[in-house]
Amino acid sequence: MDHIVDTRPGRGDQTLMPGGQAFITETRSAAREAGITLFDVTDPDQGIVHVISPELGIVLPGCTLIAPDSHSCTQGAFGALAWGIGSSEAEHAMATGTLRMVRPRTMRVRFTGMPGPGVTPKDMILTLIARYGAGGGKGYAVEFTGEAIDALDMEGRMTLCNMATEFSAMTGMIAPDEKTFRWLRGRRYAPRGAMLERALADWRTLASDPGARFDSEVEIDAATIEPMVSWGTSPEHSVGISGQVPDDPPERPIRYMGVQPGQKLAGIPIDAAFIGSCTNGRLSDLRRAAALLKGRHVAPGVRALAVPGSMAVRRAAEAEGLDAIFTDAGFEWRMSGCSMCFYAGGESFPAGSRVISSTNRNFEGRQGPAIRTHIASPETVAASAIAGHIADPRELAQ
Amino acid sequence: MKPFTTLTALPAPLLLDNIDTDTIIPSREMKSTGKTGLAGGLFAPWRYRTPGGRDPDPDFVLNRPDHADAQILLGGGNFGCGSSREHAVWALAEYGIRAIIAPGFAPIFASNCTRNGIVPVTLDRATIEEIAASHAPVTIDLAAQTVRQEGGACWPFDIGAEAKAMLLEGLDAIDLTLKNRAEIAAFQQADQASRPWIYLGDIGQ
Repeated sequence: MDHIVDTRPGRGDQTLMPGGQAFITETRSAAREAGITLFDVTDPDQGIVHVISPELGIVLPGCTLIAPDSHSCTQGAFGALAWGIGSSEAEHAMATGTLRMVRPRTMRVRFTGMPGPGVTPKDMILTLIARYGAGGGKGYAVEFTGEAIDALDMEGRMTLCNMATEFSAMTGMIAPDEKTFRWLRGRRYAPRGAMLERALADWRTLASDPGARFDSEVEIDAATIEPMVSWGTSPEHSVGISGQVPDDPPERPIRYMGVQPGQKLAGIPIDAAFIGSCTNGRLSDLRRAAALLKGRHVAPGVRALAVPGSMAVRRAAEAEGLDAIFTDAGFEWRMSGCSMCFYAGGESFPAGSRVISSTNRNFEGRQGPAIRTHIASPETVAASAIAGHIADPRELAQ
Repeated sequence: MKPFTTLTALPAPLLLDNIDTDTIIPSREMKSTGKTGLAGGLFAPWRYRTPGGRDPDPDFVLNRPDHADAQILLGGGNFGCGSSREHAVWALAEYGIRAIIAPGFAPIFASNCTRNGIVPVTLDRATIEEIAASHAPVTIDLAAQTVRQEGGACWPFDIGAEAKAMLLEGLDAIDLTLKNRAEIAAFQQADQASRPWIYLGDIGQ
């Protein structure tokens, strides 16, 4: 249970979303009737599906994993073929154990060089989408490679693969390596003992061959990437934090967003800040935001929320005292769920609010009617919350 | 699923890129756990003056008298991007839309369309702009894979063989797949022997 659940402390089946409670109770009884394991609202393992599946070792290298949620590609970070489907395809998969599909073409996106300090996987994937378009990956399964990818930890790899769907790719994936195997060891549903040894022997064969040919190749020098922030209503409407709205932008996005052609992004005042989601709601995301927030406070008038991606992330963050850093800085500290990454008639910000958000979509109305969403990394969200306007996290870190 | 053969209708132009499924149906309009009762929420953010309201915005294309009963939409690039919610397609189908002509579709959305009797027709941008400017009906012939105008142009389009067959005959994908039940079982048996850790309950001690 992730999309519909309330994230206010003390929650139960009640939710502000119209029809949400019926969805929760009907899902629970249907799962029980079918004998399907459900990570329910009050389960200690509850969380966003793309966060808890890796935590529990449900995703494994080489497995085929689907869910009726577009961000299922997150789990390609483990060298799985993981992608999102609609409800009819989910029904088909459960009824037959298969899906009917056309084999996608292959694309390799190579991040050469190393990103500078304060530049995150979120900024890397937004750079790809801004350069090649929100439809740039259509028809492709994308493999991310290069030294900047090798250097990423598993959580960073998940952030990167998460937004393959914003690139319109069928999926994004990263070759499993020793980091992947270490991460999975001891997780609840991951193989153990002799079975693990057997699995490892198989997993070590999964990476693309050195001479592998792809239908399409893209290369980005990670050293040229800045912290990114969106100015419009598609993730492709993103620029570096020192950049500006294009001089000749499409008319509808700038009207909706209330920005001007050529306007600098840094300095635009914000009303709210949101840290969380399947893109950036993991422990390392919260740690990096907290490092900037420690000893500081959000600007007057800015509402700020931190929503851990799972209850396990929440507990781990609390064990490190991150919750106190967030609340001392003026953030609300929530239970886990998708929360205000999207709006379903429940909680939102006042109409017209400008929100800097560590989420994945800045569509019109995505976070609520007339809400203007700027997507960015957790660091950029934290720095902007403190400043009261869109701000470069690298300046705060100095 | 309702089969699709040919359809002649005046297409309604919505020539914006990246029309997302939150716009096609916002999650606040998905109030039930079923597949019906969604047409009223179709394009709600653009179709009505206020969120949750039903006061039509006269500027929105489907609120113009000549497009009120639209069966064909003309869209921009990357149509149907965003959330995988099939409600977007259910809402379109319930409203009466049978085909969408766009320069490109988001993959999950295109697949949802073919599962629900809506034909995703890919044509180039210039052709779509020409069709929109003509303000004339088009005929979509799925068997021939063409879009044509009376006494005028005829544009061919590509569609996957299986998607085409399913749409033409209104086939149920599950029925189709279960014809291969024996092959599926044989694959799973062999796979379980070679990769037992993939299967629940066999992860070792």
